[in-house]
Amino acid sequence: MSHNESVIQATHVGKRFGKKMVLNDISLEVRPAETFGLLGPSGSGKTTLVKLLTGIDTVSSGEVRIFGTVMPKLSMLRQIGYMAQSDALYTELSALENLEFFAALYGMKGPRRKIRIREVMEIVALGDDLHKRVDQYSGGMKRRLSLAIALLHEPPLLVLDEPTVGIDPLLRQSIWSELKALNAKGTTILMTTHVMDEAEKCDRLGMIRNGALLAADTPSALISQAGKQTIEEAFIYYGGGES
Amino acid sequence: MKIWAIMLRILRQFRRDKRTLALIFIAPLVVLTLMHLVFNGKDYEPNLGIVQIPAPLVTSLEKQGATIFTYEDKERADQALDERKIDAIITQSGNGLDVKLEGSEPTVNKSVLMLLQKVSRELQPDVNGAADKMNVSYLHGSEDMTSIDQFGPILIGFFVFFFVFLIAGVSFLRERTTGTLERLLSTPIKRWELVVGYVGGFGIFTVFQALLISWFCIQVLGILMAGSFAFVLLLTLLLSMTALTLGTLLSAFANNELQMIQFIPLIIVPQLFLSGLFPLETLPEWLQQLKIVMPLTYGTEALSEVMIRGKGWDTIAGNIFVLIGFSLVFMLLNVLALRKHRKI
Ligand SMILES: Nc1ncnc2c1ncn2[C@@H]1O[C@H](COP(=O)(O)OP(=O)(O)OP(=O)(O)O)[C@@H](O)[C@H]1O
Ligand SMILES: [Mg+2]
Repeated sequence: MSHNESVIQATHVGKRFGKKMVLNDISLEVRPAETFGLLGPSGSGKTTLVKLLTGIDTVSSGEVRIFGTVMPKLSMLRQIGYMAQSDALYTELSALENLEFFAALYGMKGPRRKIRIREVMEIVALGDDLHKRVDQYSGGMKRRLSLAIALLHEPPLLVLDEPTVGIDPLLRQSIWSELKALNAKGTTILMTTHVMDEAEKCDRLGMIRNGALLAADTPSALISQAGKQTIEEAFIYYGGGES
Repeated sequence: MKIWAIMLRILRQFRRDKRTLALIFIAPLVVLTLMHLVFNGKDYEPNLGIVQIPAPLVTSLEKQGATIFTYEDKERADQALDERKIDAIITQSGNGLDVKLEGSEPTVNKSVLMLLQKVSRELQPDVNGAADKMNVSYLHGSEDMTSIDQFGPILIGFFVFFFVFLIAGVSFLRERTTGTLERLLSTPIKRWELVVGYVGGFGIFTVFQALLISWFCIQVLGILMAGSFAFVLLLTLLLSMTALTLGTLLSAFANNELQMIQFIPLIIVPQLFLSGLFPLETLPEWLQQLKIVMPLTYGTEALSEVMIRGKGWDTIAGNIFVLIGFSLVFMLLNVLALRKHRKI
């Protein structure tokens, strides 16, 4: 039972690039239908951790399980919708062509593909720009298209690496409400961020610094245990950076 | 101040990029060495087949550096000529000489004829225009055959190879640098599916490219074409496939477009040198042997057989299988190289 309860289960995960330890003994659990946020400064190892959790990269030590299966495993990639930190789009193609390409990689075809493409483009408010070439998109539009591609095949687990960078507050709000709606439908979301106010919207939060997981709990619990008022202060407290 | 900042930055970038640095200093040396070997090579000394030639003539042919093969009758000599063991057959007719040249390489033809002229001048110093007594005929080609007829098949092969290599390499590289490769590998696609997909996608283009180039060279440029168009097409296509798979494979070892370009002097130019553009016989033995690992040389060799000598399947089958083999090996290696980006 123990593994089946968590969507992501990382135990004593470490990652080394050459001689440099980038991640150190990280254990964490992401539960079904929650939004789990990874909060940490630039270079703290968020992207590296996310790649390990999705099985794109392999751990140097420890173990990652997704839905109870040890990663990396090819068949589990279907369960994950991954949005990388860089937009990773074919800029010579139109948005539609990009979506069709990735839909095909997930084996989606026919009317379902058409309907899903419409749906995800509405979610990210790009419905009117479907036929535009991506090199004519603005930075924020590319970000949203990238998110749309991650949502495309209705994965039970969404892994989003800084999904809202470059997106204006209004649109960010609406994307958040879509993500919450996905949570309500049972989708589990793991996202990274270094924006504090965004971190507070997560159900649970993992604070990461210098490749170590400082603490993981609900935002309010983290704040109260630290005896602080804000996430920002709590983060400094857990990092031992208080002087 | 600003200029200095730019200069400094460039110098620093070079210091980081050891490869580009090596290319700037070492590659020209390598290419120049090759050129030197080719152009400073010793004169080509032809292999002559003789049928019933008086002994004094044989001695003076040998003295001029020819290697002599003696044949009992004309049939065996003809066979040896067809197999390119010898460059020409010399027989006596009346008080003159019959010379039958293999004919497919103008430079070789020339050196055979020059040698014969020297010999006849030596034997009959008093007679002017000894060459008039020579009856020259050709097995392939003719005296009209120009260098472009000889080099046409090689250049077709080379340009197909060169451009497909670069374009396929750069576009696969860009998958990596733009992050789309990572995204692709986060989907349940298998590594070999990705490689085969690339080969298939580009393969379609290379079919059209092969058609266009072959048609253009033969119909528009009027390059000598003795054999079947279908074989030319098949060979150009296989050469593109090899270039395509090699390009995508090597792109794994380049970090940007510039580094991809650096493969040209390293991988492409040496192949051109050994592909028959220059007579190989004048190159050192060890350099000639490198040909074995060079896909381009198999392609151009077979193309020359078809286009100049009008040969068919039996002659080129070996080369065709080698080219297919190269493509398959490169694809396999590429699947393995992608492990660097995703272990499964
Ligand atoms: N392929 C790699 N080789 C060597 N070191 C790497 C590699 N990838 C990441 N690192 C190092 O690992 C550390 C963590 O990088 P990572 O990209 O995970 O940070 P991050 O938390 O995502 O930062 P950001 O918020 O800026 O995206 C950095 O010090 C980085 O230099
Ligand atoms: Mg990152």
